[in-house]
Amino acid sequence: MTTTTIPVEPVAQAPAPAPRGHVTQIRVLYSEWIKLRTLRSTFFTLLTAMVALIGLGALFSEFTASHWASMPAGERAHFDPAQTSLRGYFLAQLAVGVLGVLMISGEYATGMIRSTLAAVPRRLPVLWAKSALFAAVVWVLTTASALVAFLLGQALMSSHHLGVSLGDPGVLRVVLGTGLYLTVVGLLGVAIGALIRNTAGGIAALFGLLLIIPVLGEALPSSWGNHVNQWLPSNAGQSLLTLHHEAHTLQPWTGFAVFCLYGVVALAGAAFLLKRRDA
Amino acid sequence: MIEAHGLTKRYGERAAVTDLSFTVRPGVVTGFLGPNGAGKSTTMRMILGLDAPTSGSVTVNGKAYAAHRAPLHEVGAMLEARAIHTGRTAYNHLLAMAATTGIPRSRVDEVVDVVGLRQVARKRVGGFSLGMGQRLGIASALLGDPATLVLDEPVNGLDPEGILWIRTLLKDLAAEGRTVLLSSHLMSEMALTAEHLIVIGRGRLIADTSVEEFVTGAAGTSVRVRTDDADQLRRLLAGPDVSVASAERSVLEVTGLSSDRIGRIAADAGIALAELTPQQASLEEAFMELTRDAVEYQAPVREKEGQAA
Ligand SMILES: Nc1ncnc2c1ncn2[C@@H]1O[C@H](COP(=O)(O)OP(=O)(O)OP(=O)(O)O)[C@@H](O)[C@H]1O
Ligand SMILES: [Mg+2]
Repeated sequence: MTTTTIPVEPVAQAPAPAPRGHVTQIRVLYSEWIKLRTLRSTFFTLLTAMVALIGLGALFSEFTASHWASMPAGERAHFDPAQTSLRGYFLAQLAVGVLGVLMISGEYATGMIRSTLAAVPRRLPVLWAKSALFAAVVWVLTTASALVAFLLGQALMSSHHLGVSLGDPGVLRVVLGTGLYLTVVGLLGVAIGALIRNTAGGIAALFGLLLIIPVLGEALPSSWGNHVNQWLPSNAGQSLLTLHHEAHTLQPWTGFAVFCLYGVVALAGAAFLLKRRDA
Repeated sequence: MIEAHGLTKRYGERAAVTDLSFTVRPGVVTGFLGPNGAGKSTTMRMILGLDAPTSGSVTVNGKAYAAHRAPLHEVGAMLEARAIHTGRTAYNHLLAMAATTGIPRSRVDEVVDVVGLRQVARKRVGGFSLGMGQRLGIASALLGDPATLVLDEPVNGLDPEGILWIRTLLKDLAAEGRTVLLSSHLMSEMALTAEHLIVIGRGRLIADTSVEEFVTGAAGTSVRVRTDDADQLRRLLAGPDVSVASAERSVLEVTGLSSDRIGRIAADAGIALAELTPQQASLEEAFMELTRDAVEYQAPVREKEGQAA
């Protein structure tokens, strides 16, 4: 009898099990938290936003207080003490917006996005984690900074009896609104970063939308402009930041809701494309 | 186990991969070969669900990669051109990757040691040399202790010691029953590392074979014959499919006849042979031979265009 030797097929056997875990939204959130706090740019940019908010607020408040006596009556009538101490938001939004764009464009620039999406192949948890995390961080830091800027600014102006307090009508809304506005700017940055996938392009698109378009809107004939301009993203969002309602602007919370809607649409577009496009 | 069925990828007009079907089996190291631009990296990105195939499909362990709940445990990947943020330290990069699937810090420490990066783990990746970057990529791939490894040109940039290290590592991983697919255009390296080969050219499958078969099956295998009666033997060997070259007076390079046939013909004619050696084509030559065919494969298309013009 002959024995036939059967060629030994390599047998697949399960390798020694490592701690096997599924990808969950919470885990992706934690991973993104590690990523966020382990980049230097995060610290520098957020620090810039906070310094801008507090420092510029103090500067404007001090300047206004010391020039009050020589200020024309017209300017005095329009004086908004809450907003004066929070003027720094204008610069802070640049820092927050850039960092928002970098959250995703930075990963495309370095190729990291491929590692990220290979680890989380469903992809959307990454976008949600980045958005939620960045929104939370920005909201906490800018709200705290806005409070500091407000209190500091009012203290500087109170020597001239110009200050208002948090309890005065609309003031708390303006102070908290600053953090909310900046948070949505950050979210728009994240969404645009995901849509455009390029840092320079993303930053240009974000600030084109927030800063340039409103300026162009000013050039419209007022018969149009008065209707159109209030609906532009930053104009809508900034209606939350003024104490006294101005003509041809949306009501504070209506405006903010419109601003949020822009953010939601941008994020939805980002989610749609993130799922569809090649990494 | 990786299975590709009719995998096709177009970028606009350009076809990067065309109707590619293959199976990568567990237990052996499979080399994925092809010249520059053949479509190796594109295929690997499709395996990992990073690029969507234009048509066809590819599965890992029976499921599309994206359908796995614990992807890092299924497939460990190292992609072409370091897919790592340069501003982060190696350790933090691994920590963030590990966190997505709940891999503990202790495992991160482990893989850092396995790839020998302990000294520089706390340094930022931007300052890494090519070889250090490759090692970090391999550490990333090993994190989840995956059953399948997909590595795009892992030896690229490694020093001789590093090459030896990765060769041993990959063989050991395959011996444990894992599926290991690695791409390269270094034939000589594949000969030492891989047992099985998948060769592509211009996005098409050229060969799916063992390394041994690949070399012996390649055209151009010749036989070296040394004899004092070279001229006589040459006449006897002549035939339609046979070519005989001669570098020295007493040496013939015969193509198209096996050494057995040549020996018999010489013996029948009473010619004494001083040497009769089958010349195995080197893996490098075999590879170039095959990829030359891939170029020829494209030729009819060009001709058709020429006729139309
Ligand atoms: N994102 C892309 N967009 C357009 N064309 C692409 C893209 N990725 C790859 N290609 C093209 O597809 C073909 C295959 O490229 P691929 O990178 O897969 O080759 P490769 O085998 O990995 O080459 P190499 O050995 O040089 O790494 C090339 O012609 C390349 O130009
Ligand atoms: Mg490649």
